[in-house]
Amino acid sequence: MKEINYITENFGKYDVFSIDSYMDIGGFASLKKVIAMDTEDIATLLTTAKIKGRGGAEYPMGRKWSQAHAVDRPHHCVVCNADEGETCTFKDRELIKNDPFNLIEAIIIAGWAVNAEDGYIYMRAEYGSLRPRLLNAIKQAEERGFLGENILNSGWNYKIHLYSGAGAYVCGEGTALIRSIEGKAGRPRMKPPFMKQSGLFSRPTCIDNVESLSIVPHLLRDAKPYMEMGQGDSIGSKMISVGGNVNRPGVYEMPFGMTVRQIIYDLAGGIQGDRNIRLIQFGGVSGKISDSRVLDVPYTYEDFAKNNLIIGSGSVLVIDERTSVIDFLRYTQDFFLHESCGQCIPCREGNRHIRIFLEKIKDGTYTDEDIKTMKTFAKVMPMSSLCGLGETAQNALKSAFEIFPEVFTSNRQKSMEAVY
Amino acid sequence: MAEMINLTINDLPVTVEKGTKILQAAKQLHIDIPHLCYHPDQRVKARCRICSVEVVGKKRLLAACATECWDGMEVYTDTQVVRDTQRGILQLIMADHEENCLTCPRNGNCVLQELCSRFNIRRPNLTHVGKAIPIKTNNPSLVHDPEKCVKCGRCIRVCKDVQGIEALGFAGRSTNLRVTTPFNDDFTNTDCVLCGQCTVVCPVGALVEKDDTDKVLDAIFDPKKTVIVQTAPSVRVALGDAFGLPDGAVVTKKMVSALKMIGFDKIFDTNYGADLTIAEEATELIDRIKNKKTMPMTTSCCPGWVNFVEKHYPEKIAHLSTTKSPMSIFSRIAKTDYAKQENIAAENIYSVAIMPCIAKKYEAQRPELSMDGIPDTDAVITTRGLIKLIKYIGIDFPNLPENEFDNPMGESTGAGAIFGATGGVMEAALRTAHEWLTGKEMPTLEYTPVRGFEGIKEAKVNLDGNELKIAVVHTLKNAALIMDKLRDGNCDYDFIEVMACPGGCVGGGGQPVTTTFAATKKRIASLYSIDRKSKLRKSHENPYLKKLYAEFLEKPGSEKAHNLLHTHYVGRKKEFEFNK
Repeated sequence: MKEINYITENFGKYDVFSIDSYMDIGGFASLKKVIAMDTEDIATLLTTAKIKGRGGAEYPMGRKWSQAHAVDRPHHCVVCNADEGETCTFKDRELIKNDPFNLIEAIIIAGWAVNAEDGYIYMRAEYGSLRPRLLNAIKQAEERGFLGENILNSGWNYKIHLYSGAGAYVCGEGTALIRSIEGKAGRPRMKPPFMKQSGLFSRPTCIDNVESLSIVPHLLRDAKPYMEMGQGDSIGSKMISVGGNVNRPGVYEMPFGMTVRQIIYDLAGGIQGDRNIRLIQFGGVSGKISDSRVLDVPYTYEDFAKNNLIIGSGSVLVIDERTSVIDFLRYTQDFFLHESCGQCIPCREGNRHIRIFLEKIKDGTYTDEDIKTMKTFAKVMPMSSLCGLGETAQNALKSAFEIFPEVFTSNRQKSMEAVY
Repeated sequence: MAEMINLTINDLPVTVEKGTKILQAAKQLHIDIPHLCYHPDQRVKARCRICSVEVVGKKRLLAACATECWDGMEVYTDTQVVRDTQRGILQLIMADHEENCLTCPRNGNCVLQELCSRFNIRRPNLTHVGKAIPIKTNNPSLVHDPEKCVKCGRCIRVCKDVQGIEALGFAGRSTNLRVTTPFNDDFTNTDCVLCGQCTVVCPVGALVEKDDTDKVLDAIFDPKKTVIVQTAPSVRVALGDAFGLPDGAVVTKKMVSALKMIGFDKIFDTNYGADLTIAEEATELIDRIKNKKTMPMTTSCCPGWVNFVEKHYPEKIAHLSTTKSPMSIFSRIAKTDYAKQENIAAENIYSVAIMPCIAKKYEAQRPELSMDGIPDTDAVITTRGLIKLIKYIGIDFPNLPENEFDNPMGESTGAGAIFGATGGVMEAALRTAHEWLTGKEMPTLEYTPVRGFEGIKEAKVNLDGNELKIAVVHTLKNAALIMDKLRDGNCDYDFIEVMACPGGCVGGGGQPVTTTFAATKKRIASLYSIDRKSKLRKSHENPYLKKLYAEFLEKPGSEKAHNLLHTHYVGRKKEFEFNK
């Protein structure tokens, strides 16, 4: 198996600053098709393709759209989450960079499907260099009547607005994201109210990831190749970001069902210096870890779930034997300690103390009581935190308890050997 | 009828109205789910997570304060993971908390302390990570000690949602998250008006009032000083709460006994000052109407409200009545007429005020409320401060014998008593103004349109053919609505009463920390019952007031009265200096 070009079909095929060039390769045909379609049919198409949100939460996209459409409140809006903050995740960047018009078309389609008045793109601060091409795409789409008033004579008005974040990881969380757009501090709030009922500016809101949205125009154009790819319930293809100690880090589109080994050794060219794998983290910094025991697991939602892994944002971070498990966990924990918004106690204080315990393990100054306390907090914190950040912050650690029990053993000598 | 739903909590069945949260449903079963950030009068924050409970079918725990019950829901509040969470959260808080309970002002009535005791938190199992953070004390009323803060956000909510001030907010993120003022500046340099509502809702010792009880005891022990005390109307209906008496219990006479035992030389009543305030304010109102001076006139007895106008609407200070507050009028009379009558030098009278308020501490040190460098009021202690003094003396408060206020300044009318409730000043002023203007008593003394807990109440009163349009406002968020109308020129009221705190002084920032809207409403009812039972119900009928005007002040609004009983205001708008 090798890389395929379904979602990435348009990459390099047109001038990303020219709507004419995009239309020459069939751009906006899907939008024209959609305007004639029943909105429920669009959601049904996504449900048939079993597309799950590609940002990390894996929520079924068709269900999300039909629920959003069903909300009987005025002034719906669509938000495109381009706050790609998960570590080792950069697929959305490639999609915006190489195919901005497709994304704009997708956001317009989403707007039509949920009967929205406005679309918002929330793009992470670090992608500032991509702003001009998105703004250009929005402007040209407006000039051609794909945005603005009475789009394609349908009587429907719709606008797209671009917002940039200020660099907080937590703003990828839906409620924090909308607060950031609203001009408030980017801190999550409790749910309910749910986004679909009361989201951005208290309007019914449908939030989708860049990749999830980007699939839609392709699917509307020709769903057949997509439906034929994949394995089991994991239909189609997925953009993955491979990074770490591999020879060819980068973004790849591959059909579901490739094995982890094929991803690492075929697509990414194997490990630098042919070293051994220490660990692999899937789905970004909030994802779970494993080691070479999962090399032959097929990359599907079902197989990953069976192996206590999550696909999440679709990143594959490969760490070779030069880095110890404990150093990796300390790094992960530093990340969350920096990125927690600090509102809720389990996350704010839990991250801090787990970081201290990890330091004690590295130094060999821990007691059995410390290990027990750390395990309790690693369990309690995800159970009780306010938002998804606290819920997933200990995923790496918790999976390390299973995969690398020797690091956390009460035998200090053994643990120290495992640590280094 | 509301839709009812059935659920079980710890296998016990319970039926609740649709929309009920788990926390309230558990209360119905007499189960108290621990909570810290939750406050009955505030929007749910779901931030402390200590109320997390297990719900069958849910992967994660749910916050009981925020989660609505559903039909067939199965809740468990007592499982291992819930216990680990509750204990874990307390351990996490304590690792970042200044563990100095013994010297904390909230020792003995701290929510965190109670929870730690309830969940048997003992030896710390976590590294102590608290950092020293400077305490903010640079003002007469409020102390902010961030090291004790648990970041529950109750203070932020009350400041924003009730008062509309937003002097407090979260800054920073992760472990650097802090509750602080804009630019971490002193309170006096912010929009804060020192109403003290934050000190009532703070569950711990992070926001407390400045404690002046030791200052008062020092004065009591000073043989040169004659220490007199006045008690605000709303203290007598709130004090009992702290001693296990029902909410709103009227404890006036026990309070007098307690004050005598504490060692005050004379026990007087702020209600007497309130009667004087009415006499002056009613005269001022009639004068403003007759001579077409600045209208509408607003009351000025609430120091939080006065601070609010000076800071937020300085161009509108001409609307504030120049009549001093009951506290300040009382103190000035104490140091002039009373001092003369008793043959005591003014500087040897130490005037203590017991107030439901911390902004009164600010008022007391205003230079315009002093004479030859001697402040009219020497010390202000809050209801909470009085509770401390009663406990210090070791008084069995509920079983105290009863005692009467001293004369002459302990005599007052029912009109003075209702000053403590929103609408009370208006009602008291109308009773007097009506009679003075028309020569007739109000048709009904109990003027109900100004009573009740509504944020803004309006009415039209017929005064001798003149229609007076009045408004009664409580909380500063509502006050801002009226002031914006006034600023925009579409405010046609003649007389406006404003109280900064919800419900008026009975819900003041110096009241017991157990104060809620529900308790406040009971206190209001108690004040009206005091009025109803009073022999004299109109301020101008107060016999000592009549005597004072006859022998000392001449008449309400006289030049002498103006010199002694009126004040002026200064615009204090604070613009932030961004270059600092």
